[in-house]
Amino acid sequence: MNNQIRLEQANRFIETLTQAKELGLTAIDAGEGSLLVRLPYSEKIIGNPETGAIHGGAITTLMDTTSGSVIICALDEFELCPTLDLRVDYMHPAEPGKPVYARAETYKITSNIIFTRCEAYQEQGNTIANCVGTFMRIGKEASPKSYRDLITGGNQ
Amino acid sequence: MIDPAVLEHTQKTGDFTQLLEDIPYARWIGLCCDRFGDDLIFRLPAKEENLGNPILPAIHGGVIGGFMELAAEIYLILGQETLRMPKIVDFSLDYLRAGLNRETYAECHLTRQGNRVANVGVVAWQKSRSKPIATARAHFLLEG
Repeated sequence: MNNQIRLEQANRFIETLTQAKELGLTAIDAGEGSLLVRLPYSEKIIGNPETGAIHGGAITTLMDTTSGSVIICALDEFELCPTLDLRVDYMHPAEPGKPVYARAETYKITSNIIFTRCEAYQEQGNTIANCVGTFMRIGKEASPKSYRDLITGGNQ
Repeated sequence: MIDPAVLEHTQKTGDFTQLLEDIPYARWIGLCCDRFGDDLIFRLPAKEENLGNPILPAIHGGVIGGFMELAAEIYLILGQETLRMPKIVDFSLDYLRAGLNRETYAECHLTRQGNRVANVGVVAWQKSRSKPIATARAHFLLEG
């Protein structure tokens, strides 16, 4: 699988997640076991009306989506892996009016569990939040073939 | 984050309409809150836009996290006598069951309140309280 295919599959997957689509999440770069996703700024997701900073919940959704989607970039075949847990550390509120980026990597893959790390940041590399997550491997047969074909383009 | 007059009104009447109306993210996911005596129950009505996994279908894990995070913030703000804005430091979330496309509830408890830091636990459930879909804990800095 090359990086272009990884990126396309990650975006097709994100497209099927209604909330991710509503937030306007887009995967913009992919590598083996790594993925970069952008969250555009929107006034609709402000958590602090005084400052215009977006709510931590939108950052959590960005990081959960990126950490879940990076799995596509790490496995040979598509598997839907539910989140077991997430731990998010908030370093700094996101600056209003600017997109937030999340880069995730898988750092350990076992037959049952996938361990991920993710950093959310803005331009100039200011870290907004860090997140570690674990995802459960329930097997590729746990998702219908039609859905797997939708993500892979029927290539698996 | 919250207008002191709105907070006072909410504390006095238990009517969360204005308070939640003022937080765009609360409207975005559709968070509601009801007070029963001193207890607060947070509610997230079923909403297509909140879904993630399309196969089940299930609520996006990030939305469940955002719901619980916002619930913990509001719970802390309401429980204080003076208005101090909680600033989230960290958030740890365990997913226990799929959150199906139906109404979700959450309740918070204050595990420990120090001078500057509060530790809040949150439990979220759907059909039955005895079958939580997620548990979380968060640390908040309280700044005067």
